[in-house]
Amino acid sequence: MKQTMGLALAAVLGTGAAAQAEGVLNLYNWGNYTSPELLEKFTAETGIKVTVTDYDSNDTALARIRQGGHGFDIVVPSDTYVPTYIAEGLVVPLDDAIVTDRDNILEQFRDVPFDPGREYSVPWQWGTTGVVVNTSVYNGDRNTADIVFKPPPELSGKINVIPEMSDVMAIAVYYHGGERCTDDPEILRAVRDTLMAAKPHWLALDYGTVDAYIAGDFAAGIYWNGASMRARLGNPDIAYGYPATGFPIWMDNAMVLADAPNPENAMRFINFILRPENAALISNFARYANGIEGSEQFMDEVMRDAPELTIPDELKDAGRWGVVCPQEVTDMHTQIWTELLQ
Amino acid sequence: MRRATWWNWLLCAPALVVLVVAASGPLVIVAVYSFLSPGNLGGVEWTFTTEAWFRVFFSRDMFEPDIVTWNDAHLVIFWRSVWLSLQTTVICALLGFPTAWFIATRRPGNRTLWLFLVTIPFWTNLLIRTFAVQEMIRNNGIVNTLLLKAGIIEAPIQMLYTDFAVLLGMAYVFLPLMVLPLYAAMERMDFRLVEASYDLYASRWASLWHVILPSVRPGLIAGSILVFIPAIGAYVTPRVLGGGRTMMLGNLIALQFGQGRNWPLGAALSMLLLIVVVAALVIYLRAVGQDRGPRRG
Repeated sequence: MKQTMGLALAAVLGTGAAAQAEGVLNLYNWGNYTSPELLEKFTAETGIKVTVTDYDSNDTALARIRQGGHGFDIVVPSDTYVPTYIAEGLVVPLDDAIVTDRDNILEQFRDVPFDPGREYSVPWQWGTTGVVVNTSVYNGDRNTADIVFKPPPELSGKINVIPEMSDVMAIAVYYHGGERCTDDPEILRAVRDTLMAAKPHWLALDYGTVDAYIAGDFAAGIYWNGASMRARLGNPDIAYGYPATGFPIWMDNAMVLADAPNPENAMRFINFILRPENAALISNFARYANGIEGSEQFMDEVMRDAPELTIPDELKDAGRWGVVCPQEVTDMHTQIWTELLQ
Repeated sequence: MRRATWWNWLLCAPALVVLVVAASGPLVIVAVYSFLSPGNLGGVEWTFTTEAWFRVFFSRDMFEPDIVTWNDAHLVIFWRSVWLSLQTTVICALLGFPTAWFIATRRPGNRTLWLFLVTIPFWTNLLIRTFAVQEMIRNNGIVNTLLLKAGIIEAPIQMLYTDFAVLLGMAYVFLPLMVLPLYAAMERMDFRLVEASYDLYASRWASLWHVILPSVRPGLIAGSILVFIPAIGAYVTPRVLGGGRTMMLGNLIALQFGQGRNWPLGAALSMLLLIVVVAALVIYLRAVGQDRGPRRG
């Protein structure tokens, strides 16, 4: 007994010493978004212990990073927030000596408008915001925003729209042929009228609704592709559509913070998630695509050819990256949104 | 004597400092922010403007900036919050009064048990209790399933995401806050007064109206305040049970600090909420204070 205790103690001290020698890494990421398997593998390979702290919105994360003294090494902001992190000097360029595998990034994500040349960021996961529909209720064309804006009678009163102002406004502005941040009064007037006319057909504006789609409480809506896939796995009638008039593409990206206490470990982690077998672990956990070439073969079978994760070729051009609109435009969006929900 | 007073102040100083700083500090920040301009992606620019306050009450027509009108959307949301809180308060009073009366008229030993039962919901997080209500009233939830199985209804009743759901959730969440102060007042009540009123040929209604109500009034006032104030700023319950189709004040404020990224407007709306609550309190306390009349008994 005593001997076992001694051994156990030695083992604990031993690993403790190893971890200390190799150091730690503090990851600041969205809640329920980081694969524990990924972290275990990283620790096993490098001896670096990883801690994860959650946030629930880009705004929360940015506010906390701006304040400083947070002790985080890596943050994973969405594409729209990446330019702000770079412009305000909150992140550092990736270290070419350690981050050597950037060629693994799929070509379409290698030179992105929010970080040209991928100097600062690598993909974590990406997805789209589109429409979802229960095909047992409505089996017409689903690659159109009409499903929520001018719904067929059988869908009326069974629609749920995610309460994400920027996503909904984007789809509505594209629907009327506008650019993401247009201040053209004619387009915004049409957007407002469309939304006001559509709302009586909506049952709710709610987030956590995978179960409600599976149970049939909702028959259609605006939704994210990964969540839509989870709904389909519970109910094969659920299908995802890409509005042909335009739909938002988003990507969350890992970046190294300028005041990171462990910048070298952070760079090693960044390179670690660029390897396809590791990126696949991220996707298997959170169910979104990751933007790393060749990771499909390491993904769970249900994800490999999922229609929710692959944009059809003819609709690829309809997918648009997000941008942060000027405050005047955001104010107009807020005004329309407030009027819509008054 | 003087020395003792000085000493008392000194001993109280840490607590007083914490109280003053913690209570007024954040409030001062909110007040100051409401007069600044919105920063890039949240935060504020340190330039003075009354734009946020202007926007609370007025809106420029989006398409004809020269046309200024009352901000109907904000007013509607404000009124809805106030109206919903009033309804919640009245429902809680109507349900809480008999409940508290029932408890207060049990044998002393049993009262503890009943009170204990009333406080049980407090053991569970508000969000979880709200989701529990959602689970009960959803289309394939407990209530609809039972009604369907019993053959009372043909198709599920849409209860979730309606005003009824919000009111049900609010009344459920805030009911204990009404029962407890009412019980405290009833427990102190002299029940011989009720017997005396019967001896004097008062009807049941007359006893309730002229004897019991005046005696428990402090409890009713305290309970109404405890229900009304958190109800007007309620965020979780309208969001989860109302399905987010219509906003309450809490949601409107959250929108400005989140997706709307207009912190000054959010700060101004928060200040307005505070002003409305204080004003409502003053009016309410004056009203109930005035008709109290000479002390009966």
